[in-house]
Amino acid sequence: MSKFKKKGSNELPAISTASLPDIVFMLLFFFMVATVMRDSSLKIKNNLPSAADTEKLGQKNLIMFIYAGPPSDSYKDRYGTEARIQLNDKLADINDIGVFVAAERASKREEEIPKLITALKVDKSTNMGLVSDIEQALRKAGQLKINYTTKKGSALK
Amino acid sequence: MAKRSAPEVNAGSMADIAFLLLIFFLVTTTIEVDSGINSKLPPDEPPKDDVRIKQRNIFLVELNKNNQMLVEGDLMEIKDLKAAALKFIDNGGGQSAEGERCDYCSGERNPESSDHPTKAIISITHSRATDYETFITVYDQLVSAYSELREKLAQKLYNRSFKEMEATYDDSKSSEFKSEKLKDKIENIKKKYPRIISKAEPI
Repeated sequence: MSKFKKKGSNELPAISTASLPDIVFMLLFFFMVATVMRDSSLKIKNNLPSAADTEKLGQKNLIMFIYAGPPSDSYKDRYGTEARIQLNDKLADINDIGVFVAAERASKREEEIPKLITALKVDKSTNMGLVSDIEQALRKAGQLKINYTTKKGSALK
Repeated sequence: MAKRSAPEVNAGSMADIAFLLLIFFLVTTTIEVDSGINSKLPPDEPPKDDVRIKQRNIFLVELNKNNQMLVEGDLMEIKDLKAAALKFIDNGGGQSAEGERCDYCSGERNPESSDHPTKAIISITHSRATDYETFITVYDQLVSAYSELREKLAQKLYNRSFKEMEATYDDSKSSEFKSEKLKDKIENIKKKYPRIISKAEPI
């Protein structure tokens, strides 16, 4: 004759899953915020040199990127080991830079065009010959502001 | 004794905790920004024909295909370059184009070296086979020589750091954000030590 009645079952109650969506959303938001967007997948090696006296690149939408370096391992068979230029997604030729600059300019508002900066992301093993070819092409296109993108650190070994 | 089932944990506050964390990470994470050395290319125009620059105002840095460096004709280690560049830029041996002597220079005033920081030109020539890494190392050393001189002048004139002045100018939270007065000061220092690094086309 007990006051407390025995309940129907002895089973453990199911763990509430009501908070699962919250956890998932939290993770989702975190990765959304923390990931760096990479616009194009690289087909070349891009091990940047390091320099100590660097300035930060400003607004992301005012920068156009030119990559250069030897083709990465998976593209070696097709493109050889000679350093190449990459514009957006494609490996390109030095003559394509003019068209590339014009296309980038066309996609910007008029008052933004003089503020455009070209970031040169060049692998450290690249020959200067290719770099100066790029610079000559940029001069011809009238795109004079450039930035040699580097890693932070002392350049002296 | 009767067996009791475990009471269900209240999950109502879970969402609050999640939002708390979310907001915390939102505030603390920063997206990595690229950094590098800014430079400006010369416009693509034919050079004016009668530009004469005295030999003493040019500091010649040559890089060969084996990544060796010649400074003014002598072989030099890259670690010694900055000191040599500082000595050259800050020499102040003569007069500027306006006929003023450099009253802020602390160099040796050697008549065989540069006349004035506004006239001193650093010229880099390199071979096509020079490594990009070597070039960047050399360029970085030269840029940091200029930064050091600007830093010194800013301390002398305004008693504050040049880097800090530039950062304050761009910082929207500071009271001197885009202030005209600060801009004039920055421009003044940049004018006194203009960064003139010329890159010749490769041999």
